[in-house]
Amino acid sequence: MRKVAVVGTGHTDFAAESPKTEIEMFCEAATEAMAECETGPEKIQALYCGNVFGDFAEGQGMIQSYIANELGMHNIPATRFEGACASATIAIRDAFMWVASGFYDIVLVGGTEKATAMGTPLATRTFAMGTDAKYEFAAGLTFPGFFALLAHLYAHTYQVPMERLREQMSLVSVQSHFYGTKNPHAQFKHKEITVDQVSNGFMVASPLRLLDCCPFSDGAAALVLASEDAAKKLTDKPVFITGTGQASSPRLSAQAPYLPRLRAREISAKQAYDMAGIGPADIDICELHDCFSIASIIAAENLGFAENGTAGQLWEKGETKINGQIPINVSGGLKAKGHPIGATGASQTCEIVRQLRGDLADTGRQVDGAKTGLVDTLGGDGTIANLVLQSAW
Amino acid sequence: MEYKLSFRQYHKGLIKNKLLGLSCPRCGAVTCPPQMSCRSCTAYDLEITELSGRGKITTFTTIAVAPEGRESEAPYIVVLVELEEGPWIMGNLYDMDPSRADLSLIGRQVELGCRVYPGDRYSDGPMARPAFRFV
Ligand SMILES: [Zn+2]
Repeated sequence: MRKVAVVGTGHTDFAAESPKTEIEMFCEAATEAMAECETGPEKIQALYCGNVFGDFAEGQGMIQSYIANELGMHNIPATRFEGACASATIAIRDAFMWVASGFYDIVLVGGTEKATAMGTPLATRTFAMGTDAKYEFAAGLTFPGFFALLAHLYAHTYQVPMERLREQMSLVSVQSHFYGTKNPHAQFKHKEITVDQVSNGFMVASPLRLLDCCPFSDGAAALVLASEDAAKKLTDKPVFITGTGQASSPRLSAQAPYLPRLRAREISAKQAYDMAGIGPADIDICELHDCFSIASIIAAENLGFAENGTAGQLWEKGETKINGQIPINVSGGLKAKGHPIGATGASQTCEIVRQLRGDLADTGRQVDGAKTGLVDTLGGDGTIANLVLQSAW
Repeated sequence: MEYKLSFRQYHKGLIKNKLLGLSCPRCGAVTCPPQMSCRSCTAYDLEITELSGRGKITTFTTIAVAPEGRESEAPYIVVLVELEEGPWIMGNLYDMDPSRADLSLIGRQVELGCRVYPGDRYSDGPMARPAFRFV
């Protein structure tokens, strides 16, 4: 396999009720990524696009082919990836494979989503399509409900008193909003919150309240990937994808007896760590899938940053901030940056690449000297992918 | 190879308060809800079996924000139940005021009932779901 680098990054503002279409947003992120590495459409050999609900949000299916042609990449192969919230991450993993194999030298990958166009009731319905339609949606399971079930199981399994877990979950959201104010692309770039506001907010699915939940969002992000040789001509700061992992889970109830651990994440993360030849202690910065506050705590354990039942203490002690033991979601995360689900994995990867390049020096969220980053994205019950990224200059 | 226990057959059983699952001649594990392979050893050659419908609650949530078309159901309790035969299954709990659900529910013994979700334009027909009550 050849080495593969990220040589360009693009990221739109994340927002509610964007006036732009999914195609327009993708094109803006893509052209930003291409401009970073001075790569025109004639150089791009294939397109990989995460998009989940275009069919429901805009009545637009098969968006990938239209995007390729809008960008002037006439007739190149374009493929849409659907893995719920992990769509763009599995797109990046596949794009990586095609370049690593030697089949292509330069490809474009990203994701786009306009979730707020659906409105909250339809969006809640379509997001629930990521759960088991026959055997679990029947009971009225929603996505907050999925993690609400895990939150109660977590408190019971690890004997964390509910009051303490409540406080830890609130601290997760508070930190995300704090860093969100330092990210000009964040949906909540103007909104700091307090523990009190999270802990006493409107109940969505007990014990999860409104500010435990990420928002519905619109936005896009994109990357240009290149082989090591091609990358040398395109950038002075190639960030290499040195590890990837992907794993699948069955419906929630069938994940017993591992729950509240998400076994597929443990498997996917191990693949990515092993491929890179590193372990969790080597990670300088992590963007993990904080669709709900409890999801961050569970993910930090599955990824090896804390023993099971103890990850909430990372946030209690400030170890997840930029100067802490393991900076997590200092972009604002899904919670404050926003979660346009088909774009999220590309947004996380874009953030890690910019951190490793030291691009964020004046933002108040740069992790100084970060060399190795981890991306973690969870889609539905069900699809999990991880990427290890490392700087090399 | 024929799909041994279809959703439709499972659904028809549940409406009559019969919880159908699959037992594995190779390893003895019981799989429920149905799927192609044994949840324990992945064997395909499974036999339809009727479960007791009794078990204990392993976790719960009270859902306040329901999906489109199901707003009138909220608030409602969703539970995961560990059945006597081993598998976990998702259902609802209608035996109490949803606003009073708390961690003391975990470990409570329950037995099966059934309610039918009539379905919506995306769901290809109605779906029976376990509706548990305290033993
Ligand atoms: Zn078996």
